[in-house]
Amino acid sequence: MYKLLALLSLAALTALAQTKPADTANGKRLFERNGCYQCHGWVGQGGTAGARLAQTRLPLIAFTAYVRNPASGGMPPFRAKVMSDQELADVYAYIKTFPEPKAAKDIPLLNQ
Amino acid sequence: MSDSKNPAVTNPDRRGFLKGASAAAGLAATAPIALAQQAALKPETGTPVDVSSNAPPGSDFMVDVIKSLGIEYCAANPGSSFRGLQESFINYGKNSNPEWLTCCHEESSVAMAHGYAKIEGKPMMIMAHGTVGLQHASMAIYNAYCDRVPVYIVLGNILDVNYRRGTAEWVHSVQDAAAMVRDYTKWDDTPVSLSHFAESAVRAYKISMTPPYEPVVLVADGTLQEEPISEKNLRIPKLAMSAPPQGDSTAVAEAAKLLVAAENPVIVAGRVARSAEGIKHLVELAEVLQARVQDQRMRMNFPSAHPLYGNPGAVVAGPNLSDADVILGLEVQDFWGITHKMTGLNKFGMEAHPTTKEGAKIITISAIDLNHKSNYQDFGRYLEADLAITGDPEATLPELVEAVKKLITLDRRRALDERGKKIAEMNRQARARDRELAAIGWDASPVSTARLSAELWGQIKNEDWSLVSNDRFVSSWPTRLWSFSKPYHYIGAQGGAGIGYQAPAAVGAALANKKHGRLSVSIQCDGDLNYAPGVLWTAAHHKVPLLTVMHNNRAYHEERMYLALLGAKYDRDLGRSDIGTALNGPNIDYASIAKGYGLYAEGPITDPNDLGPALKRAIARVKAGEPALLDVVTQPR
Repeated sequence: MYKLLALLSLAALTALAQTKPADTANGKRLFERNGCYQCHGWVGQGGTAGARLAQTRLPLIAFTAYVRNPASGGMPPFRAKVMSDQELADVYAYIKTFPEPKAAKDIPLLNQ
Repeated sequence: MSDSKNPAVTNPDRRGFLKGASAAAGLAATAPIALAQQAALKPETGTPVDVSSNAPPGSDFMVDVIKSLGIEYCAANPGSSFRGLQESFINYGKNSNPEWLTCCHEESSVAMAHGYAKIEGKPMMIMAHGTVGLQHASMAIYNAYCDRVPVYIVLGNILDVNYRRGTAEWVHSVQDAAAMVRDYTKWDDTPVSLSHFAESAVRAYKISMTPPYEPVVLVADGTLQEEPISEKNLRIPKLAMSAPPQGDSTAVAEAAKLLVAAENPVIVAGRVARSAEGIKHLVELAEVLQARVQDQRMRMNFPSAHPLYGNPGAVVAGPNLSDADVILGLEVQDFWGITHKMTGLNKFGMEAHPTTKEGAKIITISAIDLNHKSNYQDFGRYLEADLAITGDPEATLPELVEAVKKLITLDRRRALDERGKKIAEMNRQARARDRELAAIGWDASPVSTARLSAELWGQIKNEDWSLVSNDRFVSSWPTRLWSFSKPYHYIGAQGGAGIGYQAPAAVGAALANKKHGRLSVSIQCDGDLNYAPGVLWTAAHHKVPLLTVMHNNRAYHEERMYLALLGAKYDRDLGRSDIGTALNGPNIDYASIAKGYGLYAEGPITDPNDLGPALKRAIARVKAGEPALLDVVTQPR
């Protein structure tokens, strides 16, 4: 728990240090180039290989903290050498552009 | 006449022999030795004996033996070392029971038999050369072995050097043909007479079909096949099948006590059900205990829509057993692995600790201890169980159910029913969450695996259907969205995680389903199909009704994820994980491939709205009795 708080604090500081506005186009490029889609899907739908990212409720600082030091057995650890805080913010911004899905109740094939 | 220049010839004393041997070893002056050998040989001349005969060959008797076992099909890529048997099967045996299936690869032959056995509950025969054919077949045999599936393997070979006619027969001959696969078959033999063949053929079938089911090998000697029958009083032994091994009654009673007293028992189902009876018994046990069932989806064990089914919301890791105080594992795969957590691949080092709560009791019922081998490590890590029962789960469950029923008082019944209501509510919530998750990316292109699964379910749910593929690679969406209940609704996976299994296993399973009039569907991974796509032609040639829906994510995707994970772990460039894993540039046109093999096919389908109508057209063709393929370009998982 203390470790998580420390990570969140560190992530908060780095997030605050960001000055550039997020670039969703660059986020899309990184999402695809760095293989985020491989586990999370092209539209962040998730699956058995990775968590859902679409409509994530995680704030950027928690997102960054997790990506920097994921749980054992979870996703790859993306350190700053691979993706800077700015780049992670761009990816986060891109994830936030994924459209709101229809409600399952409105899709007949999901109510069979 | 003496030869003073060659003393070894006229004076073959020890000194002279050694001198000659030494010279031969030095690759010089070999003539004296050669001459000495020639002097000792009988010339290979003489009038050939008339060897023509109208007497039936030994292979006719072999066919009679195989027919006595009730084997329906023999899958094979043709080979000269078993040409005698093949000729007898198609002419003497009238190509019926078994019927010959023309295969384009021995791996396909075995995997077809693998899929067939999981539907039909009995082995298919395959034939292959004892050398090159078996080398092709070996991975598929390993898969069947790990998956505890019977396959009846007959190998051609020529043991007697006098009968090997030319180079091909020498390179196709082997001293001990079965040696190559002995580590992952249950039994083998190399009969040296027809009566020996008959006895071993019957014994092999019995061993293969005694739990744990496994592949067996019988070598059919070429000379025995092709020479006239000369043995007198040949007979075929009666096939006396073994009753499956049942767990010890005292131990079963102890297991019942632990389960009834438990506050939260969980049942883990590995390879449990071999038949509808197995499903019925497991349902009965779960209901009488009101216990959650975590299905490893290796067989059709438990109805997926049952309120006690623990799998909705399929997760990344294994089942969560941390809340259980008693865990009953029924023929579980890697039981240690699902009760422990190891350091993940995204971290360095290795630590492992139990994930079960302190004091939790572990009970196992498994027949695997009756057939362990040493070399291949499919047995997993040693599990410190509290009660280990050796026996076939399906055969042991009835006694366990009765023992449990006897121990449940009225008060206990009320408590168990309350527990069942809570599990059912968790199940309902998980199913609702799954439907919401399935809606994400519903209209995306490439097509989401949830959309693919839902569209397919919409077309087959009112048919007598059979999913003849594993659904792990599509995020288990069929398990999460469909309702599986009948024994043929699901057949599990490869067993040994050997890719190349899926396409032929689906054809074999669909062939088994054919005579029952079932609609067989397979969600086919692209990487898997590329191992031996010729099996599509086999499906077309033998009119196997099978709908293949491609999960075409254009990669060996599991490995691509590993490369990305390790690249990130080592702080490297992550843009290179496609190297050696992606199947693009050019994209593979599976519809054209399938058409080339004689199938009805459509695709590539990239717009999810095109999928429903395409499925309808393809299913119409399958229901008319032919295979069809739809190439659907999909999301990665």
